[in-house]
Amino acid sequence: MTTTLKHTRYIISQNGITFGAFSLFFGFVLIAVLGNAIAPYDPLASNSAIALQPPTALHWFGTDQLGRDVLSRVIVATRLDLGIAVLAVAMSFVIGSILGTCAGYFGGWTDRIVSRCIDTLMAFPLFVLAMGLVAALGNSIENIIYATAIINLPLYTRVIRSEVLVRREAGFVEAARLTGNGDWRIMARHLFPNVLPVMMVHLSLNMGWAILNAAGLSFIGLGVQPPTAEWGIMVAEGATYIVSGEWWLALFPGAVLMLAVFCFNLLGDGLRDLIDPRMRT
Amino acid sequence: MARYSTGKIVGRRILGAIPSVIGVVIVTFLLTRSLPGDPAAFFAGPAATAEAIEEIRQNLGLDKSLPEQFLIYIGELFRGDLGVSLTTGQTVLYDLLTRLPASLELTLAALVFAIALALPLGILAATRPNSWIDHGVRLLATAGVSLPTFFTGLFLIYVLYYLWGIVPAPLGRLDILNSPPPQITGFYLIDSLLIGDLGLFWAAAAQLFLPAVTLGLFALAPLARVTRASMLGMLSSDFIRTARASGLPPRQVLFGYAFRNAMLPVVTTLGVVFSFLLGANILVEKVFAWPGIGSYAVEALVASDYAPIQGFILTMALLYVVLNLLIDLLYVVIDPRAGVES
Amino acid sequence: MRRRSLIKTSVGLAAGITLANGLKACSSAESPSTDAASDSSSDGSSGAKPTDARLTMVQGGGFPNSLDLHRVGTNRPAYGISWVMYDRLMTFGQKELPDGTLSYDYTQLEPELAESWEMAEDGMSVTFKLRQDATFHDGAPVTAQDVKWSYDRAVSIGGFPTFQMKAGALENPDQFEVVDDHTFRVKFLRPDKLTMIDMAVPIPVIINSELVKPHLTDADPWGAEWLNVNDAGGGAYQLGEFKPNERITLTRFEDWKSGPLPQIQEVIVLNVPEAGNRRALLEKGDIDVNYDLTEKDQKEIAAMGEFTMASTPIENCLYSIDMHTNAQLKGAENPFADVKVRQAVAYAMPYDAIMQTALYDQAVPMYGEGTFDPDSTTWPQPTPYKTDMEQAKKLIAESAYPNGFETSLAFDLGNQEWAEPTVVLIQESLAELGIKVGIEKVPNANFRSVLVEKSRPMIVNNFGGWLNYPDYFFFYAYHGQDATFNGSSYQNPEMDKMIEAALASKPGEPEYAENVEGFIEMAWEEMPRVPLVQPKLSVAMQNNVSGYQYWFHRQLDFRQLEKA
Repeated sequence: MTTTLKHTRYIISQNGITFGAFSLFFGFVLIAVLGNAIAPYDPLASNSAIALQPPTALHWFGTDQLGRDVLSRVIVATRLDLGIAVLAVAMSFVIGSILGTCAGYFGGWTDRIVSRCIDTLMAFPLFVLAMGLVAALGNSIENIIYATAIINLPLYTRVIRSEVLVRREAGFVEAARLTGNGDWRIMARHLFPNVLPVMMVHLSLNMGWAILNAAGLSFIGLGVQPPTAEWGIMVAEGATYIVSGEWWLALFPGAVLMLAVFCFNLLGDGLRDLIDPRMRT
Repeated sequence: MARYSTGKIVGRRILGAIPSVIGVVIVTFLLTRSLPGDPAAFFAGPAATAEAIEEIRQNLGLDKSLPEQFLIYIGELFRGDLGVSLTTGQTVLYDLLTRLPASLELTLAALVFAIALALPLGILAATRPNSWIDHGVRLLATAGVSLPTFFTGLFLIYVLYYLWGIVPAPLGRLDILNSPPPQITGFYLIDSLLIGDLGLFWAAAAQLFLPAVTLGLFALAPLARVTRASMLGMLSSDFIRTARASGLPPRQVLFGYAFRNAMLPVVTTLGVVFSFLLGANILVEKVFAWPGIGSYAVEALVASDYAPIQGFILTMALLYVVLNLLIDLLYVVIDPRAGVES
Repeated sequence: MRRRSLIKTSVGLAAGITLANGLKACSSAESPSTDAASDSSSDGSSGAKPTDARLTMVQGGGFPNSLDLHRVGTNRPAYGISWVMYDRLMTFGQKELPDGTLSYDYTQLEPELAESWEMAEDGMSVTFKLRQDATFHDGAPVTAQDVKWSYDRAVSIGGFPTFQMKAGALENPDQFEVVDDHTFRVKFLRPDKLTMIDMAVPIPVIINSELVKPHLTDADPWGAEWLNVNDAGGGAYQLGEFKPNERITLTRFEDWKSGPLPQIQEVIVLNVPEAGNRRALLEKGDIDVNYDLTEKDQKEIAAMGEFTMASTPIENCLYSIDMHTNAQLKGAENPFADVKVRQAVAYAMPYDAIMQTALYDQAVPMYGEGTFDPDSTTWPQPTPYKTDMEQAKKLIAESAYPNGFETSLAFDLGNQEWAEPTVVLIQESLAELGIKVGIEKVPNANFRSVLVEKSRPMIVNNFGGWLNYPDYFFFYAYHGQDATFNGSSYQNPEMDKMIEAALASKPGEPEYAENVEGFIEMAWEEMPRVPLVQPKLSVAMQNNVSGYQYWFHRQLDFRQLEKA
């Protein structure tokens, strides 16, 4: 454990970017946790007297069509956006892990069936599948999470399956088996923990993608319901104002959205270095 | 490790893909049927009476039970009939045939742009690992993949077209003055050259520029990353060290030896990126009024127009199968040692 | 006398068209409206010379999806193409509105493909003389056989065209008779004030039957598949190029005989789905006409003063909030069945805020100015309700729901620009009454189902009839027949009685005014729908484009436009 810590410190000290990404990540988490408490205004309160004002000292990010404070909406949206990403990724991770571990460990028919299903899923244009799912189920936050989770499922299942496959016959598994551990116990206690580090990288990279995916759905009109603040929908709606000169409506949420995805991507890189130092040299 | 002839590989691959394709057909059918809108009510028009809606429902065959509808759909599929799009009023086959080249042209152009940028950046980063250049490249590539494409697209339009006026209007594949070349390949860039119309070629290229850049930015990260990693691996390998030690000029070592051998993973990634872009260009197509299959699918979905959605997803699934096959074959071509395992 | 019978006929027209097709969401996304701007009109007298001008336009809310408007699923923008590519026997005249703009005149039928016509003495048939020199785009002369085939097709093909023809008592191919090559007779089944007018609406186009016949099959006896993508017309413009969902080009048919040759030689209709891009194209001068504008763009483009704008209130059209009035909804008790709740909601509407922030003041307010005892048959007219939270709170306290309730408000994603801010403002305002409103954004295609099923407690509705008669608006929006656009599913026998009585009488008769004022009064008391505004429809054109005229089908008539 201490070596890991040391290694972490080494990586971070060696790599300013990863360090930056880590700090940024904690910043986002902090904003998400505090949410409403640090928003300067009520993100839902309209005020037609100050509609569509460019950024001022009072409203750093300007105001939207209904006179709502864009900064407050961006802040409050953090929790929702990170929430969608975390839940979606967690869901596909859990289901993908179970499917992948079983497929890899048992092989045979289990493997064949799981692999077939995953192949079928992979053959879909994934964004269209997500669109179709949200359209069919109705556009609510839960359904956006489900759809995002489903289209991420193949990734986890495949990666875990191959990782487990490699280790299935490894000595430590064999040893566990000989000492009388059952299949499930071996999978849960011995195989899965070994695969976990590799998955962390994918988790992080995937978070960014999940946020982008939700934003894309919003752009087509399949996002969350108004007046909920969400980055993607703020960008999508703000985009129609760009030509008429109200650039701040799309720019600020867009920039924050990008920063968050950026942060997760860099974090993924950093984790990769941490977990598998060989990959960096 | 048995080896198979190319023909056998293709055959096996296609056979192996059949269950997936069947799965896609079934899932898509169920998905479209569970869309909440009622196509009969939608296409009957706003003033339609209940009988009028019912009549249209019968016309569209939507009054039949689901299994029945499915059998009819499968039957038509076997005859190569993908149905008619109610939104565009054309057969789905016609729509897909005219629109697929647009999407492919856009995606390929984006890929070319991404490669042109990612390879030099990746090599640059690999030759100076952990320098500020390396970090800069990494940041740049990651930033590209972090942008929502529709946002990038709209912003580029605003700045480059609306404010500066240095790119043509976002009007799809050609500006107002030009009419498209006769369809030979469906790729305007190629068709215009085939008929020897250089003006048209440039017009099409100008229209293609901005959407391709928008989409290409998205492909930058994976390609640059793989190039870098692969080059790094090569540069630290024994034979490069030997080459260096034997006094070969650095340029020759870099490009003649290391780069050539580092291409294999890049090509594999290229295939993955291509199929990914093909799906990701939906939003870009919408922003740039690009008449591809992505924007087609979005419109059909919004109108609960079943046939085009089914046709689109099926096309993409088949495309995916073909693409994977091509990657495998390419792999064999580049590195004959690889072979293909059963 | 003649005037009166024409009015009578036109009321009939309203009935027929409304019955079949006139009801539509009057969103700006779907339809152009009215106003001819400035100087010139293209009726024969002003005599615009044909030039080689080329007109480019962009259009939102769908791209023409067929060249055959008899096909199932043909959308509204396609009417504009069909309108100029095909001729009808007759067309409508032109009139100047009080504000100086031009509109079609439904009291005047004018010759198009028919040179003249004559009513039989018994009034049971009409005989048309076709122009001797008229030809189709392929040069074939237009004959009475073509006319008969086209009319036969319209009454036989089924779906909307057949329905529309029926509205004018045109039901059976036996009614249509070829007298000689250039004489065509329509026999009436019964006297019907609608029949003549129904022959000048977009549906009965004259098709080049000889051109279509080789493409007929048993499965497709009317050549729907072929006509869908091919031009078999004889109208002022012929098809240049049709790339579905991309572009349509139309070129002037130089041998057109049914009217003055249009000034514009080529029309290009481009599909640009993003509203922002459409506006940018106009501002950069890359296109001539931007043909549907959001309220925000109406305001801002007009403020720029660099373009010719045409912006007119849409006749007989209202944006409103409809509350479901049945006692039960989806098996649960429905609070909006309580009239006090509905009135409270009407008083709690943040009208001015909606007008300013959602509609950018680009609509006609329909609130606050009216009285509970209406003394005019003008429609739409403002309600007596204005934002009054005290009154609203009082009413809700008196209702069966003094502590409020939870409900939802659905809107059509297609109207997002104005509907979304509107519902957010309403949500905020109703919260003060203890009414917790969840917002439901419904994709385009599904909203039609929402309207048909009447499954939501509150919806944002936009509804308008083609012609300006309150009784027809009420017949579809308040009558117990519970038509699609009766978003409140409002059913009240007394209301029905007054609406039916108004339908049976004519404007100008005391009975008519009495009933119209009666049902408006009842609507204000019962408040099943809260009218917000009468929307405007806007077109922005480069300054060298003129000749714009309002048509009831709300499409541009390229034949009338001119470009300097």
